[in-house]
Amino acid sequence: MAFMKRNLNGSRRHPMAAILVIAAGLAVSGGGYAAATAAVETVKPVSAAASAAQVDEGHKLFLANCASCHGKNAEGTANAPSLIGVGAAAVSFQVETGRMPGQASGPQLMVKEVQFTTEESDALAAYVASLAPGPAVPTEAQLAPNGDATRGGELFRINCAMCHNAVGAGGALTQGKYAPALTKTSAEHIYEAMLTGPQNMPVFNDANLTPTDKKDIITYLTYVQTHQSAGGYELGNLGPVVEGLFIWIFALGFIIAITIWLGAKSN
Amino acid sequence: MSTAVNTQKKGGFLAGTANYLDERVGVAGILKEFGRKIFPDHWSFMLGEVALYSFFVLLLSGTFLTFFFQPAMTPVIYDGVYGPLKGAEMSIAYASTLDISFEVRGGLLMRQVHHWAALLFVAAAGLHMLRVFFTGAFRKPREINWVVGFMLFVLGMAAGFTGYSLPDDLLSGNGLRIIDGMIKGLPVIGAYTSSLLFGGEFPGEQIVARLYGLHILLVPALILIFIVIHLFMVVIHKHTHYSGPGRKDSNVVGYPLMPVYVAKAGGFFFIVFGVIMLIAATFTINPVWNYGGYDPSPVSAGTQPDWYIGFLDGALRLAPTHLEVHAGGVTWAWNILLPMIVGVGFLVVVALYPFLEAWVTGDKREHHVLDRPRNAPTRTAIGAAGVTFYAALWAGASTDLIATNFLMSMNNVLTSIQIILIVGPIVAYIITKRVCLSLQRKDREIALHGRETGRIIRMPHGEYIEVHEPLDAFEQYKLVDFKDYQPTLARPNAQGKITLRARLRAGLSRFYFEDRIAPVTQTELDAAHHDHAPAVTEAPKKKAVTAAKKPAAKKPAAKKPAAK
Amino acid sequence: MSDSKSIASAKGSQEPEHDYATGLAVIAPDKVADPGLEPHRVRMTDKSVKHEKTAARQVAFLFLASVVGSIFSIYAYFAFPLSDDLGTVRNNTLFMGLGITLGLFGIGIGAVHWAKTLMPDAEIAEERHQTRGSEEVRARAVEIIKLADSESGFSRRKLIRRSLYGALALFPIPAIFFFGDLGPNPKDTLRHTMWKAGTRLTKDPSGLPIKASDVTLGSVFHVIPEGLSELEHHKLEEKAKAAVLLVRLDPSELKESAERKSWSYDGIVAYSKICTHVGCPVALYEQHTHHLLCPCHQSTFDVTDECKVVFGPASRPLPQLPIAVDAEGYLIAQSDFTEPVGPSFWER
Repeated sequence: MAFMKRNLNGSRRHPMAAILVIAAGLAVSGGGYAAATAAVETVKPVSAAASAAQVDEGHKLFLANCASCHGKNAEGTANAPSLIGVGAAAVSFQVETGRMPGQASGPQLMVKEVQFTTEESDALAAYVASLAPGPAVPTEAQLAPNGDATRGGELFRINCAMCHNAVGAGGALTQGKYAPALTKTSAEHIYEAMLTGPQNMPVFNDANLTPTDKKDIITYLTYVQTHQSAGGYELGNLGPVVEGLFIWIFALGFIIAITIWLGAKSN
Repeated sequence: MSTAVNTQKKGGFLAGTANYLDERVGVAGILKEFGRKIFPDHWSFMLGEVALYSFFVLLLSGTFLTFFFQPAMTPVIYDGVYGPLKGAEMSIAYASTLDISFEVRGGLLMRQVHHWAALLFVAAAGLHMLRVFFTGAFRKPREINWVVGFMLFVLGMAAGFTGYSLPDDLLSGNGLRIIDGMIKGLPVIGAYTSSLLFGGEFPGEQIVARLYGLHILLVPALILIFIVIHLFMVVIHKHTHYSGPGRKDSNVVGYPLMPVYVAKAGGFFFIVFGVIMLIAATFTINPVWNYGGYDPSPVSAGTQPDWYIGFLDGALRLAPTHLEVHAGGVTWAWNILLPMIVGVGFLVVVALYPFLEAWVTGDKREHHVLDRPRNAPTRTAIGAAGVTFYAALWAGASTDLIATNFLMSMNNVLTSIQIILIVGPIVAYIITKRVCLSLQRKDREIALHGRETGRIIRMPHGEYIEVHEPLDAFEQYKLVDFKDYQPTLARPNAQGKITLRARLRAGLSRFYFEDRIAPVTQTELDAAHHDHAPAVTEAPKKKAVTAAKKPAAKKPAAKKPAAK
Repeated sequence: MSDSKSIASAKGSQEPEHDYATGLAVIAPDKVADPGLEPHRVRMTDKSVKHEKTAARQVAFLFLASVVGSIFSIYAYFAFPLSDDLGTVRNNTLFMGLGITLGLFGIGIGAVHWAKTLMPDAEIAEERHQTRGSEEVRARAVEIIKLADSESGFSRRKLIRRSLYGALALFPIPAIFFFGDLGPNPKDTLRHTMWKAGTRLTKDPSGLPIKASDVTLGSVFHVIPEGLSELEHHKLEEKAKAAVLLVRLDPSELKESAERKSWSYDGIVAYSKICTHVGCPVALYEQHTHHLLCPCHQSTFDVTDECKVVFGPASRPLPQLPIAVDAEGYLIAQSDFTEPVGPSFWER
């Protein structure tokens, strides 16, 4: 291009230099930030027997972070329910997804930055589990996606899809509450949520959905999470509304651009 | 009558074919009549073509699908390649849809082409209707064509609904459940109609096969018939054109059918088909495998119909609570009847609008020059109000998605849209009308005084003026050539009585034409030019340009007056 | 109509052959004159042979690209076969589709480019004819109609005419009755479901019975009557009426009317899952608010208050299934629903 050969104001810099430097700076800072904050979800089964040291540490963490709302002995206050009997599973779910420590008021707890390391959340779980018997964190065997995906799909559609959508894209509840998308949720947290029924999600105890049922559901969800649609980009799996918006905005928009070109006089 | 029989063999294959056809079908006459028919060229005239070409794509892709789809509801156990449904019980219709998607090469592509084309067909028809409305192309002699087009829009909706209900999946099955619930709510005939339609209790084993017959035979046949009528009338009336130099109600200005329009419109078919194919190759639509076969017990969050049925679903959602009335041993399901009345009523108003406007204006001339929307402010404002009403109903169908996407309370979203449904059209009307009138005033300004160039000059006697660049005669004509109407008075009839009808008509014509901007007349133009100080001269009139010369600039530059 | 006088003079129409009334139209006598068609603006391809040849080459290139696309699509048909792996379906769809897209775009854009750059683009004006026939044609048409009338005697022969109307009006009516066997008379099928006294409540879809002790606070069970999953025929039809939701509330939170106190068991209540609006499954249960939400049109029902409607377009509360416990502790129905389930109908 001719303009590139021109000497602008006698400068020795390439005309594109400024743009390239800014782009490089953005890439480095953005990429670095992303790498630094990438949270790695590990499925780490908790050992069944929690040591006394763990319980103790959990107690300390609890007093520092949770007692102000849940009470010094987890007995509950006006702001938050009692945690006696909720079990390690509930703590693991709430803390490891970043819902707890709960922040601000609103119709529902939001998923935020995870505040505790896995050791710390294990300790909290051990402490709460020590208060009274409650649902335990699922084992690796319970979470392995080698169940019956067909059965799991059927169970998912009957018990879960009405809130979470047929493939876990999420859905609305009343008054600002919502069932979150499950596309990036780990098997452990899905199991724990079913077992403990966080907030307005019902409790799916083992008599309702047996551990085999839960495993099948996780198998189905794992399939959905790991397989891209055979038809191409999924547009969020949100159904006909998004498809309709797409056709009006992008397809018709593009076609109108073509018609304007078609009807314009050629130079 | 031809003289000797044409025995020429040296004329070549084309000449021979033409001769063969002419002697049997008279194609020479057809070619003479239509070959150089003039069609005006504007992008907004192509929207109807988008719908037409989408329909051809639907016919092609649909025919392919009929070779594989089986419209039976008998339960079978799925044994195909899609893992999460292997061993599941489902209807044959659903199983054959899965087979088309996963086990026929090109099957999923054709399914997606078919469904995307269906969405585009109705969208393009709707946009085309809007263009026709806002430019007044529905006026005499095209009122009947408007109704035919309206029927096409409704038939498109019917085709789409019957079509997406065929795979018998959870999403469309719940749609059928809703239809069944609405039918049951009809007074007197509800329960019987429901039983007749579904062959017994819902869901029954008949509905898919019945919708199939409607979807591949009856509805497409009706659409084709109406398309033929629609296009036939375009041929008789010739296409409308926008106002401009040389364009009158008594002529049509554009390009000939052969070769320009054959190339442009023919090429456009391939482009539209290409767009549909591109989208279908890259974006998933209606992934029925995600939903599972229909079962009355499960349901997915985000259950909506295809976009063109959205306004009816929205009407259902927006209905206030506790509208049912139990009286005299029967139930009046107003929570279902009211949305039906609103939805259908809206469509009926749309269908009848040309007749209403014709009655109000009393204008019995033929109109072939289109209005720019701003030059018919009340009609445009009514259209904007209608669009707002339709859009509010449509938005009402996605309250749950709006709520989750924007982190709002679904209940508040619904209440807001209920309010917007009533208030929105009124606000849209007022704003649009005022904007149209303002644009007309601006046009008037420009026609009389030309464009402001931003150049300020100082006159020798000290006055500062801004130089205005006058329009050339062609551009000016575009701004001043539009129809103007006056409101009428209610006059007494032969018996000396002013009837209610006359009063109504006068009231409506006042509503339409009270606020109006008249087009600039020659007298006003002359008067405006006399106002100019002599120092600012007009550019010389543009001379006609022949092909060989360099193209002259379209806008004559205002001559910079020499500083004196 | 007296309003049809035009405001301008009687000869005010600018196109004398279109001699229709102008209604409220204002026809100004000093309208700005039409300057006629704009002079043709010459294109580069009209002036310069080089540009013309370039454009021609571009058009040909586009057509050739189309050929490439079509051939690629045929290649893709064979090169991307389908297997158990759904990724193969993805590839086949994508590449066949892209190939055909190129095949189509090539022709389309090429043809349009050809028309725009190489075909003459001088505007042509063609006269329109009035849609109505000329006076002679109309006169002839009227003559024909009058002749047909006099030769057939249609307007003269009242007896023939009126009996013809009657015949034409009646002959299509039998067609309506052909629809009669499309479906059976619903009779009272809408008023009864599969639930009877003693039918066990079982889990959907497995059909396993539910013990009262299984139903803990905060849980929701999706329920079908015992025997439904083994039905050979009409399984979905029965399910569409018999699906039930089972929840346990703290008895102190339940507001039960006197006659329904015996319908629950220790705070466990069972309600029809079929929405009383238009029949979708009211499946969303909010554990803390005790609300049931229907995802179709957002009707909301309050479980603590006999599932009365608290929001949304529904009107009637969800019908309650009276339940009890059998000797082994399994939940059973005491009887069928005491009112029709699902959407309203006229005779309800």
